[in-house]
Amino acid sequence: MASMRDIKRRKVSIQSTQQITKAMKLTSTVKLQKAKTRAEQSKPYFDFMYETVNAMLAKSGNIDHPYLQAKDTGKTAIVVITSNRGLAGGYNNNIIKLVTESGIPKEDVVIYTVGTKGRDALARRNYDIKEDYSDIIEEPQYSDANVISRDLLDAFEQGEIKEIYLAYTFFKNTVSHDPRRIKLLPVEIDSEETQEKGIPMNYEPEEEEALDLIIPKYITSMIYGALMQAVASENGARMQAMDSATSNAEEMIDSLSLLYNRARQGSITQELTEIIAGADAIS
Amino acid sequence: MAELMKLQVICPDRIFYEGEVSMVEFNTTEGEVGIYPKHIPLTSILAPGILTITEEDGLKNAALHSGFVQILPEKVTVMAEAAEWPHEIDLGRAEAARDRAEERIKNRSDKTDIARAETALQRAIARINVIK
Repeated sequence: MASMRDIKRRKVSIQSTQQITKAMKLTSTVKLQKAKTRAEQSKPYFDFMYETVNAMLAKSGNIDHPYLQAKDTGKTAIVVITSNRGLAGGYNNNIIKLVTESGIPKEDVVIYTVGTKGRDALARRNYDIKEDYSDIIEEPQYSDANVISRDLLDAFEQGEIKEIYLAYTFFKNTVSHDPRRIKLLPVEIDSEETQEKGIPMNYEPEEEEALDLIIPKYITSMIYGALMQAVASENGARMQAMDSATSNAEEMIDSLSLLYNRARQGSITQELTEIIAGADAIS
Repeated sequence: MAELMKLQVICPDRIFYEGEVSMVEFNTTEGEVGIYPKHIPLTSILAPGILTITEEDGLKNAALHSGFVQILPEKVTVMAEAAEWPHEIDLGRAEAARDRAEERIKNRSDKTDIARAETALQRAIARINVIK
């Protein structure tokens, strides 16, 4: 049986770990609240943006526009949104899996990362990391999303990339987050949904010119929305991970206390036996 | 009483304005427009400028920068990348931005992104005009 001192040392060390995980849980709860509010406030914008772009494209379905045409040459760009910090359970790993198991050959993929965890993991797997915007994930602004989307569209227009995907974690609610991969370009329309809305729409300036201006905004808003969702999911995932770490520590402390008490009792019994044996020997 | 329509001004970070209005005016890439209820469906691209909302009991002004607008007979939805009420604008900063943009346009070199400087200038002017 381990000595009393060893057990005690072990217990103290677990206790201090538990204090850390408890504190981390509290901070991520606060951050989650904030991120959740931001994600909710930004939602109407994206819903409407998505609807409008869908409606526009449904009507002008066979318009000859570079943003809508599938190309044969070029690489596939994936925007990977992860976090800068670990200790968030499977949060980062799920996104990385989404990329590595996408079925697209590694040579044909260029990666744009937000979040150092994703960047490092994919670099280790020899993916081609084109750009990294990790410093924005702490507090993403609309202008940050704008920078990313401009870089992507430039590369798209120059024919370096033929399609753009976005891999991020969708924030369903506090306990459930869903890693997702969506296609940004060429824009695909959801034909079922849009067929009913048959309002004839006029455009000023002309339709193609309007598309030229609206699609970059659409991409930016999708990226911004994904960033918001990802930040909320990250904090949610961390909160859960830290919650279970805290309760695991609790369990370990309980069983160690039991062991400790048993060892203490054992040593007292032993001492007593020794004293009695000693007294017997003298008399 | 004037006829009313629904107006929504949505920004990426908040719903900027929502309410019943009798007229709304703003600046598009094709020029300034004023929209009354029962307008034909129209989608237009915004240019930096002043958004004037005519409610039943008065006028409201705001600065509006880039985005687009969808007009339906009963409803106008403005998708703005940024919008500000006058009390949110820092006049000193807007004036500094205007001077900076003017400077850049005046001393243009090959490296200057003229389009960007011009939008910055328009934006600053819009902000200043809203306050005045």
